Order: sequence, then structure tokens, then C-alpha cells
Amino acid sequence: MDRRAFLKLSAASVGAVMLAPEAAAVKLPNPLARAPASWFDGEVSSVLTFCENCFWKCGVRASVADGRVWKVDGYAANPKSRGRLCPRGQGAVAQTYDPDRLKRPLIRVEGTQRGDGKYREASWDEALGVIASGMLAIKERYGSESMAFFAHGSGDTWFGEYLPAAWATPNVGKPSVSLCTGPRETASQWTFGRGIGGHEPIDWENTDYIVLIGHHIGEDTHNTQLQDFSLALKRGAELVVVDPRFSVAASKAGRWLPIKPGTDTALLLAWLHVLVTEELYDKAYVERYTVGFEQLAAHVQPFTPEWAADITDLDADAIRTVARELAAHAPRAVVPPGRHTVWYGNDTQRMRALYLVNALLGNYGVEGGFYLAQAPYLEPYPHPAFPLEPAAGGCSGASGGETLDTGFRARVDDGRFFAHTTAVQELIPAMISGEPYRIAGLIAYGVNLFHSIPDVARTQEALRKLDLYVAIDVLPMDHVMWADVILPEATYLERYDDLVAIAHKTPFIELRQPAVDPMWDTKPGWWIARELGLRLGLDAYFDWPDIEAYLDKRLRTIGSSLEQAKAKGTLVQRGRPYLADWEARNLNPFGTPSGRIELYSQTFADAGFDPLPTYEPPNDGPPGSYRLLYGRSPVHTFAKTQNNWVLMEMHGQNAVWIHTAEAEALGVASGDYVWLENQDGVRDGPVAVYATERLRRDCVYLVHGFGHRAKGMRVADGRGASDTALMSRYRLDPISGGAGMRVNFVKLVPGAPRPRLPSLRKLAERSV
Amino acid sequence: MPRYAMAIDLAACVGCAACAVACKLENEVPAGVDRLWIRLEERGTFPDLAMQYRPEQCLHCAEPPCVPVCPTGASHVTADGLVLVDAETCIACGACIAACPYDARYFDPRGFVGKCTFCEHRIVQGQLPACVETCPTLCRTFGDLDDPESDVSRAIRAARRVDVLKPEQGTRPKLVYLNTPARFGLAAEGALP
Ligand code: SF4
Repeated sequence: MDRRAFLKLSAASVGAVMLAPEAAAVKLPNPLARAPASWFDGEVSSVLTFCENCFWKCGVRASVADGRVWKVDGYAANPKSRGRLCPRGQGAVAQTYDPDRLKRPLIRVEGTQRGDGKYREASWDEALGVIASGMLAIKERYGSESMAFFAHGSGDTWFGEYLPAAWATPNVGKPSVSLCTGPRETASQWTFGRGIGGHEPIDWENTDYIVLIGHHIGEDTHNTQLQDFSLALKRGAELVVVDPRFSVAASKAGRWLPIKPGTDTALLLAWLHVLVTEELYDKAYVERYTVGFEQLAAHVQPFTPEWAADITDLDADAIRTVARELAAHAPRAVVPPGRHTVWYGNDTQRMRALYLVNALLGNYGVEGGFYLAQAPYLEPYPHPAFPLEPAAGGCSGASGGETLDTGFRARVDDGRFFAHTTAVQELIPAMISGEPYRIAGLIAYGVNLFHSIPDVARTQEALRKLDLYVAIDVLPMDHVMWADVILPEATYLERYDDLVAIAHKTPFIELRQPAVDPMWDTKPGWWIARELGLRLGLDAYFDWPDIEAYLDKRLRTIGSSLEQAKAKGTLVQRGRPYLADWEARNLNPFGTPSGRIELYSQTFADAGFDPLPTYEPPNDGPPGSYRLLYGRSPVHTFAKTQNNWVLMEMHGQNAVWIHTAEAEALGVASGDYVWLENQDGVRDGPVAVYATERLRRDCVYLVHGFGHRAKGMRVADGRGASDTALMSRYRLDPISGGAGMRVNFVKLVPGAPRPRLPSLRKLAERSV
Repeated sequence: MPRYAMAIDLAACVGCAACAVACKLENEVPAGVDRLWIRLEERGTFPDLAMQYRPEQCLHCAEPPCVPVCPTGASHVTADGLVLVDAETCIACGACIAACPYDARYFDPRGFVGKCTFCEHRIVQGQLPACVETCPTLCRTFGDLDDPESDVSRAIRAARRVDVLKPEQGTRPKLVYLNTPARFGLAAEGALP
């Protein structure tokens, strides 16, 4: 086999095999052709902006020649990129020139059903008019609270905050909370009195010992996190990786603990046990900064490494050794929280256990542990007071959503969850049942409803019941083609967004500005929100004539200006990263009820939850099935990037990972195609098999984001399987409202046909 | 004259392909062909495993077998030691493609042979090759081998181990691999260039 086609990326091993025939199909050369001119031969200008290919928001320098962006590079003065970009950031340009983009507003053809996918083109005026009259009718009939907004991406400031707050609905959800970070944020809030935020505040530069639990750095390519991780290892920091799968990070580790899925809390409790009973914890730190040590010490007595070894399928000595090594390196030893933490439904308690380990190491607010991230100073635009404060809570979780005394009805999931964060998936049942009141309209901005929220059939049922469903997106994603009205957004290289204020060691503000004009009849999110607002009678909140005026006014609150921000791209402020910095100013960073780190949480006890973390065994699957685990590809972000031909050349489909011995027993081999069928009979695929030694025998693994069923996305459509499609169940975390997704089990059904797909090369040649 | 070289630290590389994507866009490499690709090797049995990602591209050999076979002189070595193809004089006969032991060259559908140039157009501007500049693991270094203070010279000096691909071919590559994981014989030993 051609060696280049041999393998491109790990999980792409099968994808690369698929690519082989394409490599062979390269056209015979034409000897008369001449070298083409390159984009960099002529005049090239640079525009400073920030990346939108994931939420990390790295500063980029876009290179423009002949009115086209050819290349983006990291912007050196930006703390999130430091002059480098990850593969997704590098490849983002291809999305702007994707011929499959939504090009003009679309209205569903009358007489068709949602999901039929039949549309006619419309003018912006007509499309916005239809949406406004639909929303006003809903307000008239059911009240403004009956409109829901789901939003993700930089433009979620418009569609998850500004517009819904002006319109007055609390039913606003961001998937980044209850479908991702909710438990780690909630646990952090009630342990340290501070959230984690969008950029995990790990003091990588100073740490000597790192323990990752289900945290796939390297397959997660959050740019500066990967840089910092790599630099720490180069410096000689030791690494332990706890994961049922031999991840890329595990391959870099001195010790890999292939834990039984779902038993992480038992491991963490055993570490607490060793730290306490062997008196290895930081006594001065615990004394000075924490409450509840006595209760914790009593609580962890029974959780010996031997107890945990039985549960976790790990070696008791290895468990004990890691705890001792953590202590030996403390406080320059850290167990980072990871990002996607909605696993088994008791996730806030698991995250509490993880934070308690860190607290006993005395590393919170200390060099080599967690630094204290701070948001930069920046005032909001001086709009009239919104009738309702933005309710969604961003990545940093617990915020808002409490609707007492506002004069509006409470959010439909309000009161269910201790943390009061919006649990986006819990707004779906109200769309179906009308309880506690009807949700009749939905605007989905940048959220793939079918590739992020578990129980897709339920989501589809809910969409069928709505009076109005609007999707705003860049591509005709699976769920977009169900909407009544589809609005095409400009890509990040073609638009302004609101300012982004990043909580960081060095807090900073970054500007999104256009490098080129929008292609086709697409529009920036701010323009869409404003035009809609004006049609809804919300003129008072949209008194700014255009985005430049809005941004300039905000920037003047910090003594800057739009002109300066355009030239600098990133405005960096000073932070207070360590406890000593706070103490020097007589400030207390711990926003807990006690003003200290709460090892024991009285608040949890009062609410009827365990004040100290306990272990709950995970559910079991039907015989012959495997627990469905999922994770990331380094070149993809969620389900957003699978129509990008450059990224798809690197990793063009997912494969189901299964242990070699299990594959043999099932009579399947790498490269064979199977269906995946879950415990409820839901099927997805076909998907290729990847038989490997790199994971335990009780689980299978899929990279998330593949398996689009979206005809208009000609690159993405039909490649691989969707893990979300196979999640017909989830288990609610009652504390955070998070949807624990690792509770599904699948069987491999052999004999699926190999999908016949158009060649990536042909698809790529269509780029505009 | 500098003697340009690149080193890739395999202990740091995570195979994320940022380099490969940057290369595609920087150099407008068409779909279906690559100047830079990543090879994964996995060894061992659960739970005693090792693996390695290895980015591969033209090694800009000091003794390049692809140059003498070119009938038109299109395939040439520059004064800085870069092995390049002049697309204007290339007749796409494919002799160099056959001669390269590393499969680093390809037919560009536009009618000439393509390969990694170490981003010559960037080097002359004082910039790093696109793959080196973007790498989020900082596993790539580049510079002048004759300058002991260059990034690449320092990285090679600091490495626990230095490998080249197929040393038996006598090509003396100027792309070297540092700190190959030694377990399970993941890489063959090679000599310093
Ligand atoms: S981590 Fe990658 S995709 Fe995310 S913002 Fe940075 S460059 Fe873009």
C-alpha cells in the first residue's frame, strides 16, 4: 500500500485506507502546464481577529490577497494563541469558501413538514418579517417566556444574551453548560467559590506532576492548553493518565491507569484516603484556607486503595503510589478538571472529589496548581435595563436563571437543579408536554440540536410541536433543515462580533473584525439580531446604528477605541493569579458561603445532597454490549467541522474502536463495516471497525461529531457514525443539571455495507 | 550560506496535524496529495502499550537521489541546501518520484512535481516554515545547522536521541527526529547528518 495512504491519524486509520484510492486517482500531469502564481507573490495585507473554529478563541492574523483570505496564523501578542494555531484554526479558512454554505435566507415550502427539507429562497426582509410576526404571535398568545433560544459560539452574546434578555424570556440555553462543563463549574463554585471558566486556570508553567482523568489533551487541541502541556512535559513534569483508553496523552505518560469506566470517584476517594491517613496533605494550607477537614477525614476512612482497586480494576499499589507522588510534588502537583464532565449523572460529586484532592495538595491559588483567573475590566453597552437579565450562564456555569420577583414566569426547568444553570436538554420536554407552560418557539443559533443533545428522537418530536422554529447557521446542518426559517450567517472571517472578555492569568479583551466582505447574501449575527429586534419593537435596545458604534462605545469604557482595538487585536490587562496577590490587597478570592474552600459543603447538606463526595456504581448494559465512550479528534470541533475538506482530508470519518480480542470474538476486523445498535434498538452507521489493543474490553469508543445525515453538506454527509444518535438515554446530575451521557451501551452488528461516498478530492475541487 | 535543517521532537508530537493543515493552505496543496503527512505506529498489548506519531515530509537530503535523475535540471539543490523543483522546467516525467526513498514527491494535478520546500518563500522573509510556526506542541525546530546557536542545533544537542529515516540509503537527511520513544523498537537507529 502507498505509505502515505498507510495512516494519517490514529482514529483515521480506516479513513486513510478509504483515502487510498483517491491518492491513486490523481490526474495524470499535463506537461504543458506552468507553475501557478501563489497568493503570497503579490500584495498581502493582515487583519487581526480571533478564531471561531472552537470556543478557545485564539488570536489570529488573517492574510488577505485579492479580496480573499488565504491563510490564518497565530497572533503572537494574543495570550490564547501565542503565535500558533491548532489544526482546526489553521483549516478554518476552508469553511468560508465552502460551496455548501447557506447562501441566502430560506423559508420552508408551505405544506411540507419539518424535516422534509424543502425550501424556497427569500429576501432578508421577508424572512425576518416571518420570524417577527411568529414571535409576536407567540408572545400575544402565551407570553414572551414561551420563546426559547439555544445558542453557541461567539455570536451567542446576541442570541443567548442580548436579544432574549431584551425580548424577555428566561428559556435560554447554552449547550456548553449542561452538555459539557456544568458539573465541573458547579463543583468549583461550591468548593472554591469560583468557577473554572472557558480557559482552565492550570498553572502549567510551574507544575511538576500532572494527573489527567479522562482528559484527552492532544486529541483535544485547545491551542494554548496543548502548548502548555507539551512545554510542561519537555520541562520534565511527570504525567499520570487515568483513562479506559490508551489516549494520546496516555502514550506520553509515565503511568497509565486503565480504569474501569464510571469508577473514577472511587479512585479519587482512595487518593483522599491516602492523603489523609498517611498525613500527606498540606496541613498549613488546609488549616488556613479550608473548612470541614475533620468531616472529610472521617468520611474517607473506609476508602482504602484496596477498596478502590476492586471497583476500578486498578492495582492498589499503583493507586497508593500516585497519591504519594502527588503529595511529594505538592503544591506543584495538579489534577486538572478536564472539560466535558457530564459522564454518569453523579458528576458534580466526582468533580468535588477531584477538587478536594487538589485542595489537600494545597495547590489552589498557588504556583504549580490552579491560578486564580480574572475577567478583564469592561463595561456593557449602556442600553436601557433589560426586562430580564441574561439567564443562560456561559461556560462558567452557575449564573442567573433565577426568575423570582422579575414579573416573569420562571424558566421551565427552574427549581429542578441546585445550580440554577440552564439545563438546555430539560427545556425540550416542555416543548412536548406544555408543562409547566408551553414553549412554542425556538431560535437555534450555532447549536447542532441533533449532535449535541441526547435523545434525538425526543428533540425531533419537540421540534414538530413548535409554532415557530428558526435556525441561524453557516451550513445546512442536520437540524437546520428542519427549521421554518433559515438565516445564513457570515463566517468569522467576514464579520464583527461583540467583544470577548477572557478570564485568564493575564485577563484580556479581543476583537473580532472582518477580513473580507460576507460571501453571497449572508449576514453577521449582530446584524440579524438588530434587524430582528427592530421588527419586534425593541428599538430602545438597538439604538446603536451599527456595530462599529456599539463596539467603540464599549471600548471607550476602558479608555480604548475601536480604532485602537482594530490595530492591536488584543488588549491585555493585569491579573492577580495567586493567593499572595489577593492577600497583599486584603482580598478574599473564595466566594463560598464560608469564605473558605469548602471541603464539607453545608450548602449541599442543606439541599439534601451529600456534603462530601460518595461513590455510586455506574449502570450496567445488556449482555454482549459495550459501554459507549466518545471523545475528540484533533482536527474537528464537535459536529461543526466535518464539511471542511482540508480537515476531512486529515480525518475523514470516525471508526468504532473495539479491543482486538472482542473484535475477534465477534468475527470483525479493522476496516469491516458494522452497524451500531444501542440498548433501546437505536441504530447508527454504517461505521468502520478499528480493532485495537488501546482500550479496555468492556467499552467501545467513537470520535464525536461524525455521522451527519445532511444532504446539503456534501463532504460531511454519511461519513461515520454519530455517538449522539446512539445516546437515547442520559442520566441527570441533580446538582448541576448536567446530562450524563456515558450510560449508553451498544452492540456491533456485522455485515453493514461499505458506504459509497463521493471522493474528497472531487468535493474539494468545488471550493469557491 | 546557511545549511537549513529541521528537527521534530517525537516525544512532544501528538499527531494533531496542525502542521499538515498549515502546509496545505500555505502552499495551496491540492486535495488528494500531501507534502506532509503523519504516520502512526502502535505497539504492544493491553495494557503494555507504546505509540508514536511521526510527521513525514521531504527531508532535504544532503545526498538527494531525486536530483541527479532529473532530465531537465528542474529538481535541484539551492545554495542553502534546499531540495526544490522548478515548476517551469519540470516535465513531470516522474523520475524523481521514483528515486525518492521517502515517497516525499507527488504529481501536482497542475502539471508538475510538488514537494515540501521548507517554505522557502517564508524563509527568505525571515519567517519559519508554516509547519514549524504553528505547531501547538512546539515539537518542530528549524534553522541553520552550521550555526550552533540556531534553534535546530540547540534542539539536536539537547536531545536524548537523534534518528534519521533509512540511514542505509546514504541520503544524509536534513530532517531529523528527536527523542523517539525507545520502547518496542519504534524507530530504527540512524546517524546524525
Ligand atoms: S484552539 Fe484551535 S480552533 Fe480553537 S480557537 Fe484556537 S486555533 Fe481556533
